[in-house]
Amino acid sequence: MNRVLNWIVLSAALFFAGPATAKEAIKIGAILSVTGPAANLGGPEARTMQMLVDEANKKGGIAGHPIELFLKDSGSSPEKAISFAKKLIEEDKVFAIIGPSTSGETLKIKGIAEEGKTLLISCAAAEAIVKPIGKWVFKTPQNDSHAARKILEHIKKAGLTKIGLVSSNTGFGKAGKEQVEKVAKELGLEIVANEVYEKEATDLTAVATKLKAAGVQAFINWSIEPAQAIVLKNARQIGLNVPIYQSHGFGNIQYVKAAGPAAEGVIFPAGRLLVADSLPASHPQKAVLMKYKKDYEAKFKEDVSTFGGHVYDAFLMLTKAVEAAGTDREKAREALEGVQGLVGTAGVFNFSAQDHNGLKADAFEMLTVKNGQFVVLQEGVDKKDAPAKKK
Amino acid sequence: MSRTRALPLAVFAALIVVVQLATGIADKSQYLTQLTMAGYYSLPILGLTLLMGYAGQISIGHAGFFAIGGYVSGFLTTGNLTGLSDRWWVRALARLHLLASGQDAFDSPSLVVRAWPACIAALLVTVVVAYLIGKPVLRLKGHFLAMATLGFGTIVYRLVLGTSALGAADGISDIPAFHLLPGLDVSGKSALRVSNYYVAWGLVLVTVILLGNLIHSRIGRAMRAIHGAEEAATASGIDTQDTKLKMFVLSAVLAALGGVFLTHYNGGIGPSEASIMKSVRMVSIVAIGGMANLWGALIMGVLLNFLSMRGSFGSYDDAVFGGILLLIMLFSPQGLLRADLGRRLLRLISRRRKEPAT
Amino acid sequence: MTIALLLQYLVAGVTYGAIYAIVAIGFGIVYNATGIINFAQGEFVMLGGMIAVSLQAFVPLPVAVLLAVLVTMGVGALVEILFIRWLDRPTVLRMIVITIGLSIGMRELALLVWGEGVRSLPYFTGDAVSALSVGDVHVSPQVLWVLGTVGVIVAFLVLFFGRTRLGRQMRACAANRDAARLCGIDAKGMVTLSFVLAAGIGALAGCVVSPITYVQYDSGTNLAIKGFTVAVLGGLGNSAAALGGGIILGVIESLSILVLPAAYKDVVAIAILLAILVFRPAGVFGNAATARLKEHV
Repeated sequence: MNRVLNWIVLSAALFFAGPATAKEAIKIGAILSVTGPAANLGGPEARTMQMLVDEANKKGGIAGHPIELFLKDSGSSPEKAISFAKKLIEEDKVFAIIGPSTSGETLKIKGIAEEGKTLLISCAAAEAIVKPIGKWVFKTPQNDSHAARKILEHIKKAGLTKIGLVSSNTGFGKAGKEQVEKVAKELGLEIVANEVYEKEATDLTAVATKLKAAGVQAFINWSIEPAQAIVLKNARQIGLNVPIYQSHGFGNIQYVKAAGPAAEGVIFPAGRLLVADSLPASHPQKAVLMKYKKDYEAKFKEDVSTFGGHVYDAFLMLTKAVEAAGTDREKAREALEGVQGLVGTAGVFNFSAQDHNGLKADAFEMLTVKNGQFVVLQEGVDKKDAPAKKK
Repeated sequence: MSRTRALPLAVFAALIVVVQLATGIADKSQYLTQLTMAGYYSLPILGLTLLMGYAGQISIGHAGFFAIGGYVSGFLTTGNLTGLSDRWWVRALARLHLLASGQDAFDSPSLVVRAWPACIAALLVTVVVAYLIGKPVLRLKGHFLAMATLGFGTIVYRLVLGTSALGAADGISDIPAFHLLPGLDVSGKSALRVSNYYVAWGLVLVTVILLGNLIHSRIGRAMRAIHGAEEAATASGIDTQDTKLKMFVLSAVLAALGGVFLTHYNGGIGPSEASIMKSVRMVSIVAIGGMANLWGALIMGVLLNFLSMRGSFGSYDDAVFGGILLLIMLFSPQGLLRADLGRRLLRLISRRRKEPAT
Repeated sequence: MTIALLLQYLVAGVTYGAIYAIVAIGFGIVYNATGIINFAQGEFVMLGGMIAVSLQAFVPLPVAVLLAVLVTMGVGALVEILFIRWLDRPTVLRMIVITIGLSIGMRELALLVWGEGVRSLPYFTGDAVSALSVGDVHVSPQVLWVLGTVGVIVAFLVLFFGRTRLGRQMRACAANRDAARLCGIDAKGMVTLSFVLAAGIGALAGCVVSPITYVQYDSGTNLAIKGFTVAVLGGLGNSAAALGGGIILGVIESLSILVLPAAYKDVVAIAILLAILVFRPAGVFGNAATARLKEHV
């Protein structure tokens, strides 16, 4: 249906644009996990993608090029991602691919994008996507290492030494687990209980009990799935009242609603999209965040989440690259590497030939939950996590 | 081989070549990618047709064997043994020329098992697992057998999902090409598209020939006897348990073979290949094809897997397979492409012709 | 390991177990009446929860739950009439595949209607952090709701099948359908009733459990596998035994994370299933002789 719409817009654009100004369509592929195990990520991502393409096409597309969108639902299956990537690159000859939603899929199509000399802007978080660097492969989510470090430094500052770690059995959970273990060792914090739970778990009291038995002074719950809310509830129910830290995978108000009062006081690093309302007007990200939030919530009648924001940032990057260098792939790629100060939802991006993620630890804001809402964590003494200053 | 059997095979072989040439001429040779994948997915389907259609044993967990094949060969060909290069067993493997050295993605030295020994190892592991699972489980019948195989498939899924050495949720990536023969590699590179297509479909052709021979042999007849009436078969001296087990192991090995080759073709594998939905798909295709119909299962399998891999079903991939399964089972449990479909159609037509004009 | 912690693990285990037991009981009812394992039983649980969540925005919670149960019962009847009733002595294989197809179909429909998001009902009493404490052991009040509901369901079913005329008629159909029809029992109606009953208790379970966990369009699949394990453990078709089986499985699963990583919890459950199927298909509480009578091949 949307392809038909795109063709109508394209034909109309070509018809009404004079021969001198008619520009060929730019084909963009998107491989997202709209259904399946990562539907919580891919659903908002796909909706955001559609919204942005429609909006851009109303104004004539990117730099005058109408956009033809090829949206594919991979259902988090790497074999489908591989097949779709090959199809998009070799048959449909897309200019760029946005996605996939999960790290596992992205790692499998990295080589295909490189071989096909097609830009791949992933919405998945693993560091391995950009380390080792692939010339054509970029990613928009913040690095797990920064999130882990922010959390652990906060714990260390609070004087706590014995911590627990629970993570979900997904790519996101696994990557976070590795980062936390690495940084904890570096900072001299002891992980006395380390458990991986299933993302479909219905009750995690046993895991919570294990944490309590180990005598943790705080624990980190690293997951991007709804099951993380169950950990919170079970922990509070059995009287484990220590500080709880979550990852940036908590960035969806649905999870707070699912956890109810158990989510109060949870601390986690996240992109500022979640607290866009409470940012000062002078904050460099405020305008972009408010616009995305308003548009998304009006169109889809659901709360905005940081996951959809990754697609937003990817689209911004593409737009910037094409505006700078046109539709020549190599030139656009180089232009993208040179982009500085791009204000997105996850942070302010500064790319380079060695940095295909463009975000540093200051892309994160430490947030907490108060009265069922995301708010910025107010530190009484230290304002180390103040909003990033303009460069 | 009789003419009635040789003719379809010759047509099949010719069709394989014609399709490739046609895609080349029409500049649609990218279709070969999904056709190759569909070819490899046909191997477990053919094995399952043997097991379910001819031997009458249901298995809703065969994707587990596919995954075992893929994961074992993937694990062996990416597991870097450099750090263990002074162990006796590593040195023994090296001396037997079973290892390959090179560089990993970070340009540091890597030492992994070669693809051929990894493939053999994967098939051996599959034989062992299939035997150990099959021996007790094939004594069950009906729902219990179904549930046991479902359980097996789920265990494989949970194991690969929960084990970090197997990549956990990310699976295994950067799996190297399979050097089949000097100059013939199984890999996903676009330049090798045509040769890989022929490798896949050559494998399918050989499998169809071998299975056809098996079905028409003594063991095949024993198998069909078991499907028809198990007690009678036992009474006539057939060792039913042994035959069932042999069929189970054979179908498992076929599935694993498909897994090994597809994994090298894709360059990676994830837990999704072991999921229950994949097993259900295979059962759907066997059912649609007509249960005991190798050609039927093959045709439907290629058609549906090709479309699925191209994303033609969009987000309703599972719904399509489930829906087709449901419709076939409700209205045409003998399958869509029944072995005697041609005959029935002829009868229908000739009956009409015989009726007097009114 | 203190006694309090051990008890906490046990409570967790009984909580899991109660959830699986209800699914198992649903399996048992349909199996008793028809000899069919209805793979879509997990979807009835999911539907109950989803419908209740959608309704409770408009009506008070108890009404939402009641309506959800009734609607799901209707769905159960519909499923039976449309897909099962008119089949003529189908083979076991055909039935297995049909109910798998139904399970997938219902799941995809749920995805279409409700999307991929997660939902849960508000806690019946208290909220997400309230807990009843006995010493150092803490239990969410919702767990008591779950256990209570399961208990009531089991008691109801025992009375229904043991004392009421309708229940005895259903049992007659299960034992020998033709003989039952000769006695004037509406066999086809009994089958429909069994589906309605199984759907109803599944939906009730879905409602009472969703505050603790949540429902999502694909929550049904996992429940079905665990539920089947419990049903087989306890002896297929026996409600009270299913409850026992549920508790056993739940406790084993819960204690298993003391020795194995939590990621393998499911593997434990299925390994138990396989062991039971191979060594004692009648289940822990079942009777080997009567189990054989139920083989409809």
